[in-house]
Amino acid sequence: MPHIALPEGLPGISAGFAFRPETAKPMRELAHILLHEPSSLTPGERELIATYVSSRNCTQFCELSHGAAAASHLGDKSIVEKVKSNFAEAPISDKLKALLAIAGKVQQDGKLVTSADIDAARQQGATDLEIHDTVLIAAAFSMYNRYVDGLGTWQPREPEMYAQMGKQLAEHGYRTASVREPVGVS
Amino acid sequence: MPHIPLPPDLPGIRGAMAFRPETARPLNAIVEILLTGPSTLSPGERELIATYVSSRNCTHYCASIHGAIAAAHLGGNEALVKQVKTDFTQADITPKLKALLNIAGKVQQDGKLVTTADVEAARQQGATDLEIHDTVLIAAAFCMYNRYVDGLGTVQPDDEALYRERGRRVARDGYVTVSEEYLASHALAAH
Repeated sequence: MPHIALPEGLPGISAGFAFRPETAKPMRELAHILLHEPSSLTPGERELIATYVSSRNCTQFCELSHGAAAASHLGDKSIVEKVKSNFAEAPISDKLKALLAIAGKVQQDGKLVTSADIDAARQQGATDLEIHDTVLIAAAFSMYNRYVDGLGTWQPREPEMYAQMGKQLAEHGYRTASVREPVGVS
Repeated sequence: MPHIPLPPDLPGIRGAMAFRPETARPLNAIVEILLTGPSTLSPGERELIATYVSSRNCTHYCASIHGAIAAAHLGGNEALVKQVKTDFTQADITPKLKALLNIAGKVQQDGKLVTTADVEAARQQGATDLEIHDTVLIAAAFCMYNRYVDGLGTVQPDDEALYRERGRRVARDGYVTVSEEYLASHALAAH
């Protein structure tokens, strides 16, 4: 049961967004710029960073929806699972591994990021903008995750719902709602 | 030294925002709505929530600037801001705000720590659903701003007078207006 009277049938952050459209707008815009707009990191790579942070925060809704978006971009679910369980062994670039190490530190506390972490990312070709966006994606998901958990939102487990949501997010981004109609509880 | 080259004259989040104006816009919009938009919580009360969360995250820049903005809203009462940071249960604030700060402190650690009892306690002190929502989101948003400021290794000055002066301006003019000045001047400087 959510802690406040959120619209019924809307999972996770969709319920918080529907409850307070004023704050939903810039929160959607931020995700859209960070995850969907053109960048030298692919949308799949950026969704992996979002998934990894959400997984470390144990926020199921965000982990599964962004994991589904990453899988849709990458055409491969197994990479997502490997990144969550041990990214060092995942079939991803060394640059992304170095950026995930930075994201994991930011998820705990931004002060844990060291010059050595940044140098390691730069040595793998990471640009200043890629480092900036990695830090901000990890920070932003520290917000989205807490928002979803802190309101006690409904976080369903049905993989089909997330697969559909992931496809929608991968194709259209975050400016519009990925879940518009209440989802039936099966 | 920041981890990436940020404008040297802009401390804390301002340097990061000038580095990436595209994300600065929604970041400023979120804080403007939550802390200065229409609400049954006063701007001073909302700034105290932001200050408390930033203080618990040990992000000096955010704790100092939002503490200064809170004080500016609260008639210059810096002692009250300090008391909220050290032990809000003993501070001269309403029982409702104390119950909301308790929720904010849980969200700062992990949103899953918020219990039905925490929310009930806030309701018993008169907190509305919207006030509870905004408290959760202010706490969550400052977990983002704090990590952004710390994760880039931004410059976080110690000079209290600097925060006091800027706190008064932000309290008077709001986040978006104040940010437009430095975002515009840096866009100009870049060309």
